[in-house]
Formats: sequence, C-alpha cells, structure tokens
Amino acid sequence: MLWYIGRRLLQLIPVFFGATLLIYLMVFAIPGDPIAALYGDHPPAPAVIEEVRRQFNLDKPIMIQYLLWVMGIFQGDFGVTFSGLPVIDVLASAFPITARLAILALIIEALFGITLGLVSGLRKGGVFDTVSLVISLLLISVPTFVIGFLLQYLFPITLKIGRTTVSRDAPWDELILPAIVLASVSIANILRLTRASVAENMGADFVRTASAKGLKRGRVIRVHILRNSLIPVVTYLGTDLGSLMVGAIVTEGIFNIQGVGGQVYLAVQKGDGPTLVAFVAVMVIIFMLANLLVDLLYAVLDPRIRYAK
Amino acid sequence: MQSNRRIERYVAPLDETPIAAVDAVDTSKKASSVWGDAWKDMRGRWLTWVCLVLILLIAAVAIFPELFAKADPTSCDTLNSVAPAIAGHPFGFDVQGCDVYARVIYGARASVIVGLLATILATLLGGVIGAIAGYYGGWLDSVVSRLGDIFFAIPTVLGAIVVMQMMPWDKNAMSLAIVLAIFGWPQVARIMRGAVLSTKHADFVTASIALGVSRSKILLKHVVPNALAPVIVIATVSLGTYIVAEATLSFLGVGLPPSMISWGHDISVAQDEIRTTPTLLIYPATALALTVMAFLLLGDIVRDALDPKARARR
Amino acid sequence: MKTNRKALAALSIVAASALALTACSSGSKDSGNESGSGDAAAAVITTNGTEPQNPLIPSNTTEVGGGKIINLIFAGLTSFDASGAPQMDQAESVTPNADNTQYTVKLKEGLKFTDGTPVTADSFIKAWTWSAKLGNAQSASYFFDNIKGYNAEKDAELTGLKKVSDTEFTVDLINPESDFTKRIGYSAFVPLPESFYKDTKAFGESPVGNGSYKLASEKAWTHNKGIELVTNPDYKGARVAKNGGVNITFYTNEDAAYADVQGQNLDVLDTVPASALKNYESDFPDSKTNKAAAVFQSFTIPQYLEHFKPGEEGQLRRQALSLAIDRDTITDKIFQGTRQPAKDFTSPALEGWETWGKTVAGNDVFSLNVEKAKELWAKADAISKYEGKFTISYNADGPHEEWVTAVTNSLKQNLGIEAEPKAYASFKQLLDDENNDKMTGAFRSGWQADYPAMYNFLAPLYQTGASSNYGRYTSKVVDNALKAGSAAKTPEEATAEYTKAQAELVKDLPAIPLWYQNVTGVWNPDVKNVEFGWDSVALYHEITK
Repeated sequence: MLWYIGRRLLQLIPVFFGATLLIYLMVFAIPGDPIAALYGDHPPAPAVIEEVRRQFNLDKPIMIQYLLWVMGIFQGDFGVTFSGLPVIDVLASAFPITARLAILALIIEALFGITLGLVSGLRKGGVFDTVSLVISLLLISVPTFVIGFLLQYLFPITLKIGRTTVSRDAPWDELILPAIVLASVSIANILRLTRASVAENMGADFVRTASAKGLKRGRVIRVHILRNSLIPVVTYLGTDLGSLMVGAIVTEGIFNIQGVGGQVYLAVQKGDGPTLVAFVAVMVIIFMLANLLVDLLYAVLDPRIRYAK
Repeated sequence: MQSNRRIERYVAPLDETPIAAVDAVDTSKKASSVWGDAWKDMRGRWLTWVCLVLILLIAAVAIFPELFAKADPTSCDTLNSVAPAIAGHPFGFDVQGCDVYARVIYGARASVIVGLLATILATLLGGVIGAIAGYYGGWLDSVVSRLGDIFFAIPTVLGAIVVMQMMPWDKNAMSLAIVLAIFGWPQVARIMRGAVLSTKHADFVTASIALGVSRSKILLKHVVPNALAPVIVIATVSLGTYIVAEATLSFLGVGLPPSMISWGHDISVAQDEIRTTPTLLIYPATALALTVMAFLLLGDIVRDALDPKARARR
Repeated sequence: MKTNRKALAALSIVAASALALTACSSGSKDSGNESGSGDAAAAVITTNGTEPQNPLIPSNTTEVGGGKIINLIFAGLTSFDASGAPQMDQAESVTPNADNTQYTVKLKEGLKFTDGTPVTADSFIKAWTWSAKLGNAQSASYFFDNIKGYNAEKDAELTGLKKVSDTEFTVDLINPESDFTKRIGYSAFVPLPESFYKDTKAFGESPVGNGSYKLASEKAWTHNKGIELVTNPDYKGARVAKNGGVNITFYTNEDAAYADVQGQNLDVLDTVPASALKNYESDFPDSKTNKAAAVFQSFTIPQYLEHFKPGEEGQLRRQALSLAIDRDTITDKIFQGTRQPAKDFTSPALEGWETWGKTVAGNDVFSLNVEKAKELWAKADAISKYEGKFTISYNADGPHEEWVTAVTNSLKQNLGIEAEPKAYASFKQLLDDENNDKMTGAFRSGWQADYPAMYNFLAPLYQTGASSNYGRYTSKVVDNALKAGSAAKTPEEATAEYTKAQAELVKDLPAIPLWYQNVTGVWNPDVKNVEFGWDSVALYHEITK
C-alpha cells in the first residue's frame, strides 16, 4: 500500500513539471508585450517598460525564466504578480474561497446526485425516474452560465431570496447559490452514474443472494447496492474536484467571487505567466492528490481491490 | 504453480437451459453482430426517432439556414435595437437591431461544425494514441499515459482560454475545434486504452497470434473494431459537451470571432438585457440546449443499445 | 459600459483603462471647518472601486483602481473643483514668470503627513526627483518631462527644482507651459514622507499621505477585497472631509456593485452597469447622475493604411466614414444616452467647452449625412477603387464589442461597404500590433484625460511622434499650434491656438471622433451631497450621511 502511494507520488513529478512548463510556454507564446499593456492607453517612457521587464525576468530566454521560477518554488518563493503582490498572498486569499465553493458544490452534488440517482435506479422506468432523467439532461444541456443567470434572475432578483453577488469574505451561506450553479452539471452526471450502477447492481447475484437470505430491503439497499454503486461515483467526485476549482471561472464571474477562477482569468489576460503557473501548479497538485485519494478509496469501498506491494 | 481455483458445478434448473433451443441453431440466418443487435434495439425505441428527427432538423438548419429564415442575420439597424416581434420577425430584434430568429437559425452552423470537428479530431487523436498505448504497452504506454495526465490535469476551459489567446486573431471553427480536441483527447485515449487492454487477451486475439498474424494487423483487424463501441459512445456524448464548450468560450470572449454567428456569443451579449428583454437570452439558449440534448440522448441510446446487459434489463 | 463577459472582462477593463487622477473638490466654502463633530461627520461612506494594479505609490499609479485611493489619501499642490477648474490645495500660491518657464511655489504653513512629519518643499522636490528617475521605473515618470534635468534615456536628477525655504521652491521648465498649474494637479506630483524612501515596499502596502483621508490602520488594504479610509484630521487644503471616512469595496463585476446599492449595502457607485442602464433612472429617481466626463472615444485609421494615406483619397474616405456613422442613434440605443455624440477632439467636461469645443470649424462632418458620405466615398473610389472589408479592431477583454459592432453596422448600412468588427483576444495583443504599425484596418482609440486641459487631449494623441499617436499622424499645423498654445501668455491665447489645432484635426481626421463618455452614477438616497468631478469620480469629501 505504502509502496503504491509512493509510486503514485513519484508519477506526480513529471506531470507537475509537464503541466507547469506547458502552461508557461503557452502563456509566453501569446503575442503582445504584457508589460506595455499594463499601462493602458497612456504608455510610459520606453525605458520604464524595459526596466519593469527586467524586474520580472522577462528580458531573459523563456527556459531560463521557467528555471528561475522553478528554483524560486523550491525556496518557497512563488514570485510577485505584475501588481507587485507576492503570488503566495494571492494564492492564500483566493484558494480558501474557491475551496469553500468547491466543497459546498461537492456536497450538494453528492447529496442530490446520489439520492436522486438511487431513487431513480430503484424505481427505474417510473415517473420519478423519468422526471429526474429529463431534469438531468436539461442540466447537462444548458451551459453553466445560462443556469447561473437564470438562478440569479429567479432567486435574488425576482424572489428577493439571497444576494445577487457574494460579499467579499464569501461566507458559507452566501456561497450556496453559486455552489448550486457550479454543481448543476455534476449533479446530473452523478445522478446518471448512480442510477445506472444501482440498476446494474440490482440484478447482481450478491443482491439476489442478500435478498434471498432474508435481509430487510433497507439493509440490502444500504449495504449491498449503495456501497457497490458508489464506486464509479467516487471516481467521478475525485476528478470533479479539479474541474470545480477552475470551472469556477464562469460561476465566480457571475457572482463576483474573488476566488481562483477570476485570478486565473486575469493572469491569462495580462500575460502574467508566473502568477498563472503558480495557480495551475497548485490546481494540478490538488487534482492529482484527489485522484490518488479516489484510488485509495476504491480499496475501502470495494473489498475485491487490494493494491499490490 | 498450481491453480487453486475451484470450478463450481451445479445443475441448472431446466427452464434456464433450454437445450432444445440450443440444438436448433438456424444456420441459414445471418450471424448477428454487435451493431446489428444494437440497431435492432434502437429501432424499437421511440426516443431514437425523436432524437434522429431532431438531429436531422438541426443538420438541415446548419447546412441550409436560408431555407428556414428569410431575414439576413447580419443586416442590422440600430434603430430596431431590442424592438419587439413584428410580422416576419417572430423573435424580435437584439441590441444591435438584428433579427433574433435569423440569428438563432444561422447560429446552428457554428455549434454543429465546432462540435463535429472537435469530436472527430479528439476521437481520432485519442483513439489512435490510446490504441497504440494499450496494445504495445511498455514505455510507450507510460509516456502516453503521463502525457495524457498532463492534459487531463490542466482544466479544459483554462487550457482553451490560453491556447485561443495564443492564436492570431483570425479564429475560426477549425481553430476552436483543434483547441477543444487538444484537451479532449486524453479522455478518449483512456477509454480506448482500457478497451484494447481488455480485448488484447481475448481468445480470438490469442488465436490470431497463434496463426502468425502480425501485431499491427491484429490491432487493426481484431482489437480496434472490438474496442470501438465504448469510443463511439463517448464520442456521441462529447459532441454535446463540445457544443457547450464552444458556447462557453464564445461567452468568455475567446471563442469564435463576432463575425461568425454563434449562440454562445449571442447569449453573452444578451445577458445585459436579462432584466428587460430576457427573450434575447432565452431563444439562443433554448436552441443550444435542444441541440446538445439531442446529441446527449443519442449517446445514451447508443450506449444502452451497445451494452447487452443494459439491453437485457430493459 | 458593456459588461459582456461580465466580471471576467471587467477585471481586465481595469487594466486597460488608464486614468486621470486628480483631486477634485468643489468650492469647499467651509474648509476651515474641521470634521469630527457630530454623528453625520463620523459616518463612513461606502463606495465601489477596483483592486489597485500596483502598490499604492502615487507616481506608479496610472489606473483607475489605485488612482481613486491615491487621490483620497494624498494631496498635491493644486486640485480641481467639480467644474474642472484648478484650485490651490497644499500650495498657498503657484506663480509663473513672464514667459511661463519658471513657476514659484509657496506652500501653506503647518502641513503634515499622517505620520506627523512636516510637508516641506523638500518633500516635493525629493519625491518628484525620485519619481522622474528612470531606474525607479515609475509609470508616470514622463509627467516630469518638461522639468529641467529630465532624461528619458538614462537616470538623471531634476535640476530644475530649487528650494528657496521650507515652504517655497521654484520649478524651471524646459519649454514654456501655460497649463503647468493644471498639470501639477495630477497625482504623480504629490509629496512623499521620508518613510517612503526607507522602505518603499512597505509604503506601497500601507502608504502615509497628506490627503483628506488616511488608511484606517496599517492593514486597512485587504487585497482584492477593499480598503478602509478614515478622515485625516490634520489635513489642510481645499478638500476637507465632511464625513468620517470612505470604505472602498473592490468589485470585479459592476452588476454586483449595482445590486449592492439597491440592497443598501453600498452608498455610492460611479459606474452603472450596462444591464441596468435601462432602469437606473427609475431605480434611483432622485439619486443618480449622468453627466459628461473627460473621456473621449474614437476609432483611429492609421496613416499607413492603404486608401487612407495622407492626400485627397484618404481625406475623402475619412470624411465619408465620419459622415456615415449615426452617432445619435448609437449613443441612444446602445449606450442609453450615457454617451454624448462628439463635436470635437476634447471633452465637454473642460471649462469653456461650449464656447470653443462645440463650435469647432467644420464639425458638421460629425453629423450623419448619408448622401454626402456616399458621394465622397464614390469620389474617392474614382481616384482608386476600394475593395475588401473595412475593419475596426478592438480588444475583446474590454467593453468595446457592442459599440464597434454598432458602428460597423452603421457604416454597412449607410455607406454600403463591407464593414466588420475585428476582435483581439486581449489588450496587449492589440497594443502590440498598434506599436509595430501592423494594423490592417482601423482600431478603437480613446483618451481619458490626466488633468482637465485641452492640451492633454491633443498633444499625447496627435503630435508628431507622441507616445499615444498610434495612427502615426503628423501635421506641421497641429504641431505648431500645440507648441504655441503651451507657450501662450494668457489662457485665452492658449485656447485660440489649441482651437486652431482642432480645426486642422477636423479636416484631417486622423481619428474619427465618436462620443464622450458620461459618468453615470447612482447612490443610496440616504446619503447627501453627492457630486461627481470632471474625472468621473465622486467628490467623496463632500458626501454626508
């Protein structure tokens, strides 16, 4: 088990460098001078631009810039943004907010997705099943930004429930509406996943056996059907955490949440490579650790899986 | 090493072993294939036909928009800005004074083209890479898997925003499709690799090897066709998601250029009018949702049809 | 303002919009009245803002977000009242010599920074010299370019600044400048305390100023969220605060800010989002404003563009384009009346614009005249046939797509040519092509004045080789008129020269003027005395609650 974890962590290294280098090169390849653009329609003296470019190492070749960045990371120095702020501070202020949003979204999608999926799967073909399938299809088909506008229009604007936007400290309760928007697509996916695997497991031998043993229906559902049906759902939730973090670009924009999404978008627009890469690096790590966690959870959920030494 | 596997033997009840039926194999009937069975199954569902009609309609609208809308979507008069519907202009006018109905009709093309191109590209790229990785294994597999991880780890929307910015200004459907495919292939590759791995050791493959068929020929003739089903399913489903992705990128302003009429772009422009003229947003959003839904449903149906277990359950 | 792409774009709009930061104040009849007594004076006003792009160093703050804060916590020699007229702030007097080449500055007595140290002539001289030095890479360093000793190529000292006493110094200029009293109202010209030089980095996070307000605490600035300012009781100048402080909340989304004013979570908002332009007047019947600000918008047709080069053909085409744009309809339908159709190359926010700006010779070329437009275009076609598309480029990360589309539609409709918007993904990409003369069509252009003066609207954009002259326009007549205006002895003489330059611009049309941007603001009906200055920012010190 430990060996397995170690191997997986080792695999993280090339992916980490690959992803950060890729992003770095891509941002570098975006045409235009990021420094000159910092000043809007009122350009400063050319020598000033040169000096600022030197301060950000932008006068050096791209690979050197990347190496300097990597060396900085190992010394715990994430560099400064074009705004002169330590990147680490920006990370520290943006990630907790987005993490709260992502966790809420994760809870919402797991709660609704699994419950609805379970009921649908158990009563396959029924009215409830049909209705929830149609809703889930709608949720997947309508882009997140449209759902966002519609919910914003419906709740805060028309019904006067909650705030149209999230205040600057982004407390949990204000994040519920954005989290629902963020979770919408995933709710549908989880519903469908759960439904399919519950339906499949219903016909499985171990369920028949359990029922034949005379176990109560509730226990059969809880212990046998649900536990086994959760395996693909957990995989999905794990990979979803990563996409929730960035999927938040759109949702955070609609609700004015000062999280990762906005910072990432801003960094791309400004061509602020170091800041963007720092964010991507953290996201990649979260994404990969979440995947690892999922694989380990497999072992807990599925007794047939044991990781080889 | 001695196998300690125990094969259970039991006598099945008579009704589960219709020996008589097995005996009566009708050799004159054509052997049934996975695809034939699938089609037979799909044919019987009314949803299939709803889907197909809808998709055909969308295709027709995308190819011949002028048959469905008389007004020119690019001829706009600012004086008509957000004017209500009048005869000949059933959906009214948008902010620029363009005919909304015409824009909804003409917008189909961008979505469908981007969706199709991205799906084809991602499926080809991911399919080939996944098949090679799965079949040959070894270091090739490791490299491809890590490469896939890298692209998998970078979220699509973020990656697409960056890559779209990298491109010189004249973006078109192809460039957008390429970008979506760049970040979409690992998913296909994973599925293809898994499917290839599971068929690699199938009896018919072992038999082919024993007969001396070359590795690449086996891959092409036996392994790939049998691994194709899951890839086709994922392709149909992802067609819908690529259309959503196109809309999202156009919404963010890094998608198609404004000269190409796109639902995502029109929705994004309409958001400012949501309080006063919500229909500007609702029409293109409905068209978008219908299109995506048609492809998603088709994907679902194909999946169910290709999966004998799901078929049996129904 | 269009918030297409919502916050996402709004985030970067900030980056792309430079600004004028100048102090603003109206009259301040009771400036001797120290604030701090009674509840009304203690009330804290909340308002919108955006995260500063840089640490809060005055000479390195040339964008709106930081500018708003700098303006509140620092005070320069002069500031501006609501009409845009200069008034003495930290200075007792600023007096030019006979030919406008030397100015003598006398400071008020007993001025203090909020750390208790005195504001002296040295505070100014040292700060200006530091800001102008190239090695310090200050974005506003070029503002000092007319002071003797300034060097745009290498580090140099400003030799033109001479201390007379603790409260008096002189400024020697390279070229005569009649507008100097206005120029020093710009926020780069504020004094800095000694602590600035000791730890510039710490200062940028928690600046010590001499303005109407000061930071509530060392940690008053919460990045990406907001900043809390309280009244500075030691401030002596034209802008004494009548409230207890200003809390600025940073928004990345104007819709969010608007909703907060509606929900009474925010007192004053200086930008009504596009989505609310149709309703803001009914939402805030008695607490709204919509008046011209010092922002000019146009599109530039570069001089190197085929068919638009200097000469008869180019001139005919430029005039035809200008005549074919229906500015009235676009400002009405697209901007809901928050823009005013352009009549010249400056802004109605300037003092006296009605007399010299609205009436510039030949400005009927800015009014729709389809027949004449077609006729001129046909005439140009007779010289050399125009083929292909006419494009107007814009950066998609700013709020431009909507109006560019409307303008191209107008051209298409009225001139019968193929006109199309052309999107650049980001401002830096557009700027790159502008800088390298690689534009293949027209491009959006605009100017927000640094200080309210005609010269500031004209020289940076149309003078030969000027920093923002991306169209590469060059004209002897304009250059000479600008020079003569700057050296003029009286304001009237200067205005006459600048008007000469404008008349030439109207003929040549290096850029096609479109409209002036208004400041469109709303506020909570409970707050009183809300007025907006020439720079689109509310006069916060006047507001009471």
